[in-house]
Amino acid sequence: MLEEIQTEQLEEVMQQIAEHKGCGTSSEGGKASCGSSSAPEDMAPEVWEKVKNHPCYSEEAHHHYARMHVAVAPACNIQCNYCNRKYDCANESRPGVVSEKLTPEQASKKVLAVASTIPQMTVLGIAGPGDPLANPEKTFKTFELISKTAPDIKLCLSTNGLALPDHVDTIASFNVDHVTITVNMVDPEIGQHIYPWIFWNHKRVTGIEAARILTERQMQGLEMLTERGILCKVNSVMIPGINDKHLVEVNRAVKSRGAFLHNIMPLISAPEHGTVFGLNGQRGPTAQELKALQDECEGEMNMMRHCRQCRADAVGLLGEDRSAEFTTEKIMEMEVEYNAEGRKAYQEQVEKERQATVAAKQAEIADLEAEYSDVKILIAVATKGHGRVNEHFGHAQEFQVYELSTEGSKFVGHRRVDLYCQGGYGEEDALPTVIRAINDCVAVFVAKIGGCPKDELKAAGIDPVDKYAHEFIEQSAVKYFKEYLAKIKSGEIVHVNRGDADIRQGAYIAA
Amino acid sequence: MTYKIVSSQCTACSACEPECPNVAIYEKDGTFVINPKKCTECIGYFDDPQCVAVCPVDNTCVIDTSYPRYQAA
Ligand code: SF4
Ligand code: SF4
Repeated sequence: MLEEIQTEQLEEVMQQIAEHKGCGTSSEGGKASCGSSSAPEDMAPEVWEKVKNHPCYSEEAHHHYARMHVAVAPACNIQCNYCNRKYDCANESRPGVVSEKLTPEQASKKVLAVASTIPQMTVLGIAGPGDPLANPEKTFKTFELISKTAPDIKLCLSTNGLALPDHVDTIASFNVDHVTITVNMVDPEIGQHIYPWIFWNHKRVTGIEAARILTERQMQGLEMLTERGILCKVNSVMIPGINDKHLVEVNRAVKSRGAFLHNIMPLISAPEHGTVFGLNGQRGPTAQELKALQDECEGEMNMMRHCRQCRADAVGLLGEDRSAEFTTEKIMEMEVEYNAEGRKAYQEQVEKERQATVAAKQAEIADLEAEYSDVKILIAVATKGHGRVNEHFGHAQEFQVYELSTEGSKFVGHRRVDLYCQGGYGEEDALPTVIRAINDCVAVFVAKIGGCPKDELKAAGIDPVDKYAHEFIEQSAVKYFKEYLAKIKSGEIVHVNRGDADIRQGAYIAA
Repeated sequence: MTYKIVSSQCTACSACEPECPNVAIYEKDGTFVINPKKCTECIGYFDDPQCVAVCPVDNTCVIDTSYPRYQAA
């Protein structure tokens, strides 16, 4: 069965998947732009060693590797105002009840089947639907089963931190590669507006007291992990008017306790999610508000901007949901033979490609240093991965956004647009939606684009660029920026700051 | 009395199952149910009924009035 899948679909799979369709992955972002071999100033060298080729944390590696989640942990021990347990959580990439729940045995078989078919699947995460540490038996059983057969797969888990101090030693014994803690506040006054209650010592605790216990446990757990040398990442959900200003303080608190990355994500909130925030009209931040906060924290610590908040159990890479190929039913019928050799060969190939991408960018940047200008622009890129401009404008489900300045190019985030040219739905108002999502960008790089959208983009002041089709993204971006500067000098164009952009609302639930 | 789970509301998250001191809760046909013969309303163990305290959906673990009040032995 698997054999068939491999021969028939491998080529297609390689194409789709190798192209960086990772889920919830993140970049190291920040000063050391991806692929640079020097460690950021505020990161210990031994941490940088672990991080620089990590599929989740290195933006470079992220283009080529994937992670998957399995939903083995349904129970939760706290309640959050941005979560509705009936649905897949849009904010923490947690699958809700609509996602298929798996036993540890089913989950490990699924992981091995997927990993054998998709060599770039290198990270296995447990993030929910509840809290992995509120389901310790199921979580650790899954880790045990997978690490036995596939020791090369990195294990990670994502927790709210309440139960974390109790499980640090078990986590260490499983060689868990990294732990993500969601920290939305370090001040219980603020926390009480985010968490209505926690279940603690056989009681439901509410209000400030609940938030106080939660933040104490989170900080204690974080310290215990970093003491044991386990990589620790912190996720925060930016909730305008509640914790947006406060997240700078959170950033300081988690950094001082050894978290190596801080990932600030926008609140995703809409009434149809049925969450407290969705129903009371709490809005999420705009793209520029989010970027401003990320920039402000960047001085303090490396920020991650790769997080897509896509559905957590999506198989494969970057938003592309291949779950249907790997339903429990199909998996249980499969004869899974773990293909360690094939995986190794693929991963070696990927390394070569990555190095080529980095080299191309470095070469292009070399003579940019001579230029001086305080002009900064954003460009949006339609890509299927491999670090190249290789997606048709109309097929792009998201755009990668790069910031360009005389310091070079820097990946700053994703803009989801979902399918705009998929026949049948929303074609009428799809293009304006795309334009709103990338409205702060000067140009959009595509492999191909039709005449109509081209004109509309121009009318909106966004330059549609298809001349870099299939070229390396960052190298092309730097080229474009040089031309842009030259045009300003010659007076051909006038640089104006672009406005803000929308963050697409709605849980990322592929059909 | 005993507690019961309103099955139309239960998300089958399983949070209540390990909390019950009497092992009265189990999964049945995709939702969780309480065995009325085993439930003691947590009397003798905890101040609050554990299933109620941990359940993420309000008014899902509720008193089943068709049973007489639990008498501690
Ligand atoms: S009230 Fe207590 S004893 Fe009864 S089902 Fe709930 S947890 Fe179990
Ligand atoms: S805690 Fe509530 S929602 Fe979860 S399984 Fe028990 S009754 Fe159902």
